[in-house]
Amino acid sequence: MEVALFVPCYVDQFYPGAARATLELLEKLGITVHYPVGQTCCGQPMANSGYAHLTDGCNENFVDHFRGYDYIVSPSGSCVLHIKEHLHSAKHPTEGEAIRQSIYELTEFLTDIVKVDRLDARFPHKVGVHQSCHGQRGLKLSQMSELTALPFSKPEQLLRLVKDIELIELDRVDECCGFGGTFCVAEEAVSVKMGKDRVADHLRHGAEYITGADMSCLMHMEGILRRNHSHARVIHIAEILNSQ
Amino acid sequence: MHTEKKHAALADRFNTDEARVNWHDETLWFVRTKRDRLTHGLPEWEMLRNTASQIKHHVLSRLSEYLQTFEQNALANGVQVHWAADAEEHNRLVYELLTKHGIDRMVKSKSMLTEECHLNDYLAANGIEVIDSDLGERIVQLAKEPPSHIVLPCIHKKKEEIGEIFHEHLGTAAGVSDPQVLTETARQHLRDVFITRKAALTGVNFAVAETGEMVVCTNEGNADMGAHLADIHIASMGLEKLIPKREHLGVFLRLLTRSATGQPITTYSSHFRKPRKGQEMHVILVDNGRSRQLGREDFRNSLKCIRCGACMNTCPVYRRSGGHSYHHAIAGPIGSILAPNLDMEKFSDLPFASTLCGSCSNVCPVKIDIHNQLYKWRQVLVKAGHTDSKKTLAMKLMAATLASPAKFKLAGKMGRWTLKYAPFTVNNRLNPWYKGREMPRPPQQSFSEWYREVKIKK
Repeated sequence: MEVALFVPCYVDQFYPGAARATLELLEKLGITVHYPVGQTCCGQPMANSGYAHLTDGCNENFVDHFRGYDYIVSPSGSCVLHIKEHLHSAKHPTEGEAIRQSIYELTEFLTDIVKVDRLDARFPHKVGVHQSCHGQRGLKLSQMSELTALPFSKPEQLLRLVKDIELIELDRVDECCGFGGTFCVAEEAVSVKMGKDRVADHLRHGAEYITGADMSCLMHMEGILRRNHSHARVIHIAEILNSQ
Repeated sequence: MHTEKKHAALADRFNTDEARVNWHDETLWFVRTKRDRLTHGLPEWEMLRNTASQIKHHVLSRLSEYLQTFEQNALANGVQVHWAADAEEHNRLVYELLTKHGIDRMVKSKSMLTEECHLNDYLAANGIEVIDSDLGERIVQLAKEPPSHIVLPCIHKKKEEIGEIFHEHLGTAAGVSDPQVLTETARQHLRDVFITRKAALTGVNFAVAETGEMVVCTNEGNADMGAHLADIHIASMGLEKLIPKREHLGVFLRLLTRSATGQPITTYSSHFRKPRKGQEMHVILVDNGRSRQLGREDFRNSLKCIRCGACMNTCPVYRRSGGHSYHHAIAGPIGSILAPNLDMEKFSDLPFASTLCGSCSNVCPVKIDIHNQLYKWRQVLVKAGHTDSKKTLAMKLMAATLASPAKFKLAGKMGRWTLKYAPFTVNNRLNPWYKGREMPRPPQQSFSEWYREVKIKK
C-alpha cells in the first residue's frame, strides 16, 4: 500500500516529532510513504477567519503536490476536515475532487483502511484523550456525547492496543479546548479559560499525558500546562502508537 | 464602525471574575447533562429530531400558503389577525390596540420576539407600563437588564443577588435568598398584577395552520393567568412559528423541553383558539427580517429554531462569556446566526465568537447546521467589508506565504529562529497568545528539513 503524507504547516514547523512518528508508524505497518516536498497548508487558517476567497493559492499548491495518490494521510483531523469540505481547484477540478475523497486522518486510516488490530507499542503512563472537535464531530472519529447513539472511538480503539497504557476517564468527555484557530487570539479570554478548564479535567483525573489526533488543540493545551509549570505533557497520538 | 463593545471585549470583562465564570459554566453544564439524561433515554430521539427538521423544512418551503391558511382559520375562530413588517410596526400595533381601549398597564408573558422588537422600551416611552410575568424575566426587568438566555433569562444572577433585588423592589427582608421565600413573594406580587391588568401579551411557541390556534408553553402558567384574566389577549409571533397540523405538535412538544431544560414536557402547553365571550384575541404576525433570512439560502434553516436554548447550554463559549456578551436579545450560537441578518455591521463580531466545535448543531432539536452557518456568515461578513483592515492585511500576507513553498520555508525558519533567539519579541503583552499561554518550543529542524536531510539523502 502506498500513501502520501500530508504534514500540516504548523506541525511541520513546531511539532516535527508528531510528523516523524506518523511516518515511522505507517512504515512499520508495511506502508510505503511518500512525502511530497513543497507542500504547505490546507488553507484553513484563512477560511475559518472568513477569508476562504484567499485560499486559492493554497488549494492549487495542495492539488499540485497531492494529486494522483490512492490515499493521503495526515496526523490532523482539523486540516483533513477542511480539505474534505472545502478543497477545490480551478486548474485541476477532477483531481481536487478526488483528493477530497481520498484524504484520511491518521487514526481513521489505521482503523478503517489498514484495519490495524495489533501494535507493537508500549506506553506505561496515565493518558487522557482529548477529542478534538473537527476530528470528532466533523470526521466522526468518535461518537458524540450529544447524540443518542452507540459509543465508539477510533483513537481509543488504537490506544487500547498499546501495552501498559492507562486511559483515564474525564468529567466532560468531548468539550472543546478553546483553540479554534484565530479564535485563540481574537477571543483570548474565553479561549484561555476553555483551555484551562479542559486541562484541569485531565489533571484532576491524574493524567501524565494528554493526547489527541490534532496537534493544534494539544499546542493550545501545552501552552497552558507550561504556563502553569505543570509536569503533565501533551503528546500526539502517533507518538504513543509508535512508542517502543 | 459601531462604537459599542463587541463580544470579545465583553467576554473579557465577564472573565475578570473567574469564580463567577466557573459558576455560570457549571450551572449551564448541569442543564446540558439534564438534557442528556432525558434524550439518551429515548431510542427514537434522533428520529424525532429528524422529523421535526423535515416538518419545518416543509413549512419554510411553502410559508406563504401556511400563513394564509392560518390567517383564514384564525379569523374564522374570531381572532383578529394583524401583520407587522418590522419591529416598529409591531410595537405601534400593540400600542394602538392598548390605547384604543384606554389601557396603560399590561402584563406580558415570555416572548423573545418582543425582546427582539424592544417592545417594553417603546411602550414605556409612550407611557404604558409593562410587567413581565415570567419569574426570570421579572427579575431581570426589576434589575433593569435584558435577559441573558432565551429560556433562563436570569441565569447570570445568583440567588443572593435576586434576594437583594426583591428586598429593594418587593419588600422582602434584607439578606433573604431562600428560593422558596423569593418565589412565594413573586407569586403574590404577580397575582396582584394578573388580577388588575386588562391586557395581556403572550408569545407563541407554535401556531397550527389547520386550526388557526396558538400554542404557548410555560412552566409557570403565567401566560394562562394573564390571558384568561384580561379583556384583550395579544399574541405576538414570528412568521416562522407555524406547523401544518395539530398532529405535528406532538413531535415538537416532545423535543422542546427535553432540549431546553431536561424536562419531559412543559408544565403548561396551552392552546388558544378563540376568544372567550366578551374578550378580544389578537395575533400579530411579525416579519422583522424573517422573509429576508428565508431568501438567504445558506441561512434559511435558522428559521427552524424553536427557541429551546439547548445550543446556548452546550456552547463552551456561551457558558464562559455570558449571554450579555452577545449584545443581542437572542444570545449564543443561534443568536449569532440570526443577528447578522438584522444588522450586519452591528453584529459582525458574533459569528466569530465560536470555535466552530459543532456541539450546537448536535443538540439542536430541529437539526439546524448552526456551526456551518457561523462559518458561512464569516465569509459573508468579510466580503461585505465588516472586518478590521489590519486583519485583512495579515490574512493576505498569510495566504501569500502559505501558497508558496519557498516563502513558507523561509517564514517558518524565521519564525522558529525568532522564538529561539529573540523570544522577547513575541513573549510580551502585545501577543494575545502569550497572555495566558507559553509559545511552542521551537525545534531545531522542521519536519521537511529533517526529511530532506535524512530521508532523501539516504
